[in-house]
Amino acid sequence: MTKVLITGIAGMIGRLTALNLLRRGYQVIGIDRRPWPEAPEEIELFQADVRKRPAEEVFRTHRPDAAIHMATVTHLVKQSPDRMRVNLYGTRAFIHHCQSYGVKQAVFVGRHTFYGAAADSPLYHTEDEPPMSTHSFPELADLVAADLYAASSLWRYPEITTAVLRIVYTLGPSKHGTLASFLRGPNVPLIMGFDPLFQFMHEQDAAEAIACALAHKLHGIYNLSGPTPVPLATIVRAAGRRPLPVPEAIFKLGLGRLGLPHLPAGAIDHLKYPIVVDSDPFRRATRFTYQFDERETINSFRTAR
Amino acid sequence: MLDNLLPIDPEVAARIEALDLEFNKFGIDPYGIDKSDLTRFVSAFAWIYRFYFKVDVFGLENVPPKGRAVLVGNHSGGVAIDGAMVMGSMLLDAEPPRLPHAMLDKFIHQFPGASQFMSRTGQFTGNPDQAKRLLNAGRLILAFPEGARGTAKLAKDADSLVDFGTGFMRLALETKSPIVPFGFVGGGEALPTIANLKRLGRLFGVPYVPVTKWGLLIPKPTRFQLLYGKPMVFEGTGHERDEVVAEKVDQVKERIADLIRQGRLLREKQISEEDLVL
Repeated sequence: MTKVLITGIAGMIGRLTALNLLRRGYQVIGIDRRPWPEAPEEIELFQADVRKRPAEEVFRTHRPDAAIHMATVTHLVKQSPDRMRVNLYGTRAFIHHCQSYGVKQAVFVGRHTFYGAAADSPLYHTEDEPPMSTHSFPELADLVAADLYAASSLWRYPEITTAVLRIVYTLGPSKHGTLASFLRGPNVPLIMGFDPLFQFMHEQDAAEAIACALAHKLHGIYNLSGPTPVPLATIVRAAGRRPLPVPEAIFKLGLGRLGLPHLPAGAIDHLKYPIVVDSDPFRRATRFTYQFDERETINSFRTAR
Repeated sequence: MLDNLLPIDPEVAARIEALDLEFNKFGIDPYGIDKSDLTRFVSAFAWIYRFYFKVDVFGLENVPPKGRAVLVGNHSGGVAIDGAMVMGSMLLDAEPPRLPHAMLDKFIHQFPGASQFMSRTGQFTGNPDQAKRLLNAGRLILAFPEGARGTAKLAKDADSLVDFGTGFMRLALETKSPIVPFGFVGGGEALPTIANLKRLGRLFGVPYVPVTKWGLLIPKPTRFQLLYGKPMVFEGTGHERDEVVAEKVDQVKERIADLIRQGRLLREKQISEEDLVL
């Protein structure tokens, strides 16, 4: 039985991926700083920081065949001071442990926001495109760096089958994630005169896709997406919220106040311009198909209690 | 986005229905075109296209009814009325109708409203990756190789051509797309620009602010001539040396100059429709 270790297992996608792999017959162990009280008992959990010695001990004693790294802090709402350290040193520790303890296959789960949003960025980014947003959105720089750092293990440790995934926003009944937090209130402020395409997939589909990447032993960098993108205002309305277009200047001044979200200024570009990825190579390599289309995905979020 | 603000013209709705596009459950195509928005905009635009202006279109049969192709033509006045009229002819006159994707100057998507409007109607910032992807998907691309230098021509130079960029040719070669040259005449009369204010433009984030004879930037009702020439197919990979590509670009430029010349003669009633060599 293949033994898979998941870092960041207590996160929403971490949990769903763990359950998915369990159903597929894998043996699953997990590391997280956070607890997961209602985890199935087949899953062995270790409450530890991936950068610290106890996490290394898990690699050393359990010798997993494969590992999935999801212990990255991605939310922008709370700026934690150690976010950059978690994201970069955590990724480094993960890769080192994989190499030191004979892990044959590694999967790094990154974000499609890697590519950045700008007036002239093309729809459907391919994996070879450089990250274009670090100057306008410095708060994302650590995630971009972690992605590039993880990809460096493709040549640094060619003996490990490594997949770097750039996954679109997820949405679903858990109401967790960047897009879900943005859609939290009954009125959703948007930038007046702009309506970018947003690409998202159901959280179950995201877990299924990550499991697919593992099952197909992907080696390389892959964008990962579900249904075709939908304009943000359409998503807001379909989620039963009211779009509230605010002029950009007021939006900038009011960030974090006046009921406007607590977002860094760089996030404004993400509310003006699309980030849409081409995931054809992933689909060809894994024959992955999504189960939930754009409407079902939004409905599952809207109707969740 | 403008639900219920603009009325739907049933004939336009039928034409949008006939477009070779695939819409998802929200009525959005994979490139963000919104079926309902497009229907409302084109319904409103149809009035401008048919009644405010009038366009004599020739050689529509030269545009392939489906599959990849690049429409390449001239700018002929202070703002891109020509582009709008080409759109109109393809959406409202062509059988079957087609939606061209224009390759826009970067500044357009920086404006509130304009960005939203262009995104929902399939009009993107000009970008080789974007254009290649659309052509490979069998779409129709609209390119003005003169760029902003072309719209900046003053009314007295409206029928002339400035330097052509070569990007469209490399794109056509690489994707093996036919080039359909077109000539557009009359933009200089609709919007007779006498000067371009570049410094004021910089202030607003546009290349320049055109000044017309009557000061205002409002075109007068005008009849235009739009001539589509026979498709030109070039052999190559798109990775040829500059002078090889430039030579092919010159052939297209000459063809467009010839179409403009014929359009001008037609406009001044020195020749008739039967004399056209498209």
